[in-house]
Amino acid sequence: MADLLRAAWAIAAKDVLLEFRSRTAFVSALVFTALVLAIFNFARDPTAVSAIDLAPGILWITFTFAAMLGLNRAFALERENRALDGLLLSPVSRTAIYLGKVLANLVFVGSVEAIALPLFALFFNVPVLPVLGPLVLVIALATLGFVAVGTLMSSMAVNTRLAELMLPVLLLPFLVPPVTSAVQITARLFAGRPFSEVGAWLRLLVGYDIVFVAACILFFESTIEE
Amino acid sequence: MTPIESAERALRRSAVWILVSLLLLAGVYVRALVFTPAEVVQGLAQKIFYIHAPSAWVAFLAFGLVGLMSIVYLLLKDPRADLFAASSAEVGMVFMTEVLVTGPIWGKTIWGTWWTWDARLTLSLFLWFVILAYLVLRSAVHEPEQRARYSAVLGILGALLVPFIHVSVYLFRTLHPLPVVLKPGRPTLPGSMLTTLGFSFLVFTLFFAALLWHRYALARLTDARAHADAERADA
Amino acid sequence: MRARCAEALLTAAASPAADRSALEVRSLERSFGHVRALRGVSFALGAGDSLAVFGPNGAGKTTLLRVLAGLLRPQRGEVLLDGAPLARADAAHRRRVGLIAHYSLLYDGLSAAENLAFYARLYGVADRAGAVRRALEGVGLADRADDLAGTFSRGMVQRLAIARALLHAPSIVLLDEPFSGLDQRAAATLREVLMRLRAERRTMVLVTHNIDEGLELATHVAIQVAGRFAECAPVDGDLAAYRRRYAEATAARG
Repeated sequence: MADLLRAAWAIAAKDVLLEFRSRTAFVSALVFTALVLAIFNFARDPTAVSAIDLAPGILWITFTFAAMLGLNRAFALERENRALDGLLLSPVSRTAIYLGKVLANLVFVGSVEAIALPLFALFFNVPVLPVLGPLVLVIALATLGFVAVGTLMSSMAVNTRLAELMLPVLLLPFLVPPVTSAVQITARLFAGRPFSEVGAWLRLLVGYDIVFVAACILFFESTIEE
Repeated sequence: MTPIESAERALRRSAVWILVSLLLLAGVYVRALVFTPAEVVQGLAQKIFYIHAPSAWVAFLAFGLVGLMSIVYLLLKDPRADLFAASSAEVGMVFMTEVLVTGPIWGKTIWGTWWTWDARLTLSLFLWFVILAYLVLRSAVHEPEQRARYSAVLGILGALLVPFIHVSVYLFRTLHPLPVVLKPGRPTLPGSMLTTLGFSFLVFTLFFAALLWHRYALARLTDARAHADAERADA
Repeated sequence: MRARCAEALLTAAASPAADRSALEVRSLERSFGHVRALRGVSFALGAGDSLAVFGPNGAGKTTLLRVLAGLLRPQRGEVLLDGAPLARADAAHRRRVGLIAHYSLLYDGLSAAENLAFYARLYGVADRAGAVRRALEGVGLADRADDLAGTFSRGMVQRLAIARALLHAPSIVLLDEPFSGLDQRAAATLREVLMRLRAERRTMVLVTHNIDEGLELATHVAIQVAGRFAECAPVDGDLAAYRRRYAEATAARG
């Protein structure tokens, strides 16, 4: 078990180092985020619809689409020089490869979210600070869910010709439960509703995470071994 | 009998059954339109229900078969399981599209809107997207073994997704009730309507099974021919 | 054309000290869809033997190597390392195999030292820093340790790839067209390395379509055509004869 985590950590660290040096995906995601937030804010009629009604949906659309810009990166970088073969040749377990990739993707998406959230609070004038704790929890849970599935999907998508198009096609239906839950919980948090109201959605989110992280770990080997 | 001959025979036999079920389907429609009373409030539009509900049942059945055969493939690595799953996905796609077309038509005539986020319709929409993803993935991967593996993983994950989407929609609905007057979905039906519906379900299932059998036979035939060609090229 | 390899010949010629073959392969079969890439390949090598596999493109040589490396699962047959089947979940087996190919398995965005350090971590090599330093010195890249692999020439990349492959001291070294695209100097370095590996009695399998590359290094030669070994035998010094037989075998197929 310790070996598995150590190997996953080594792989994640390598990925993060590579992305940090090239920064292309990260910068694209940030630019995309800023644009989306600005355009949404600019495009609505502030007298007709209040920010609080739209805000949760916009926040989560921004998070998920910015995330998708980076998800393919994890396996795309293993295609140059057939580096993936190098990983598969080594004694590390396939689960370690999967967890390492998920971890690297979480760092990527988490960084984008950490920058997007304050921007969002700024543009939409939404009271984020009073509910920051629960909000961060929800963001973490939902992000784990869609990054876990997204990483698995990208391991298949990068082997097709239109990888950037294939990933959203594969992933979007799987985003419905976690993103819907996240939006609903976020909306109630912003509206100052008691946390007890979000119980059902929270259970759905946690259930999704448990089932799909387990399923992706189980099935990853089938996508990567010939 | 060679694989090619066996597939060709299956193709012919299943075609016969398709014809039979089409005739039965016509019979059901005649019964539905002529011999079954119209529903008081919805009128003629309600008759779409006799197509819509069985199509939905069959589409979900197809989806379930995809999930099941995906598991079989990953366990046994038998390419026939993959061909069966792919055939079920294609036929299921047709029926699911039909659900998504007849649903709004029905909705427009009785509620005045083309689309509502009704629980079952929403679930059908998302499953449609999953089947679409399955078919798109298959078309993008050319190596047969890789394609089978990828499809199987997607098929199983898609099947796992169904209960979660169902719960999502259910939660969304109970907390955001639909602004509609009529209760959509399965109303309580008097005897003759129930019988027509029952017949419709049976005939649609038969129709689905025949189409699936036919499509699977076609897949087996294509595969057997490709195999024979490859062997001839070798020799 | 003999359809199967002369197993007895190879086994007999293998080192008498080894009571189990270092690397044994039995009736390997592998298809991709309807294309049968391997149709029953068998051979046995003792420790210190080097098998050179020649064959035209499309003969299934790379497929064979990938199965030996554990990257591909055969649909029939098995691979045995020291008598034990290559179960792919077995990390211990993977530690014993190294691969040098015409692609480098390296990350262009990492420096030479970082690339090797990463692989050293994956393989659990003791004294990582020391091992990396020695590996770089061994291929003459010590002065470029901190340069990004993406800036290296083809020859330097190959040298770094060799360092990577040998970092964990594998007892079985697999080579897939390793000389492809190399300049004189890099090819010479590679040849030196391979001679050294032979002297260290490591087992090697080299696949190539260039008959000149492998002959001087090999203790055994096989000719693979259309997924099978058309010929295999120990090298007995008559290189011209092999060239003839190779030409015949490939002509007969094509």
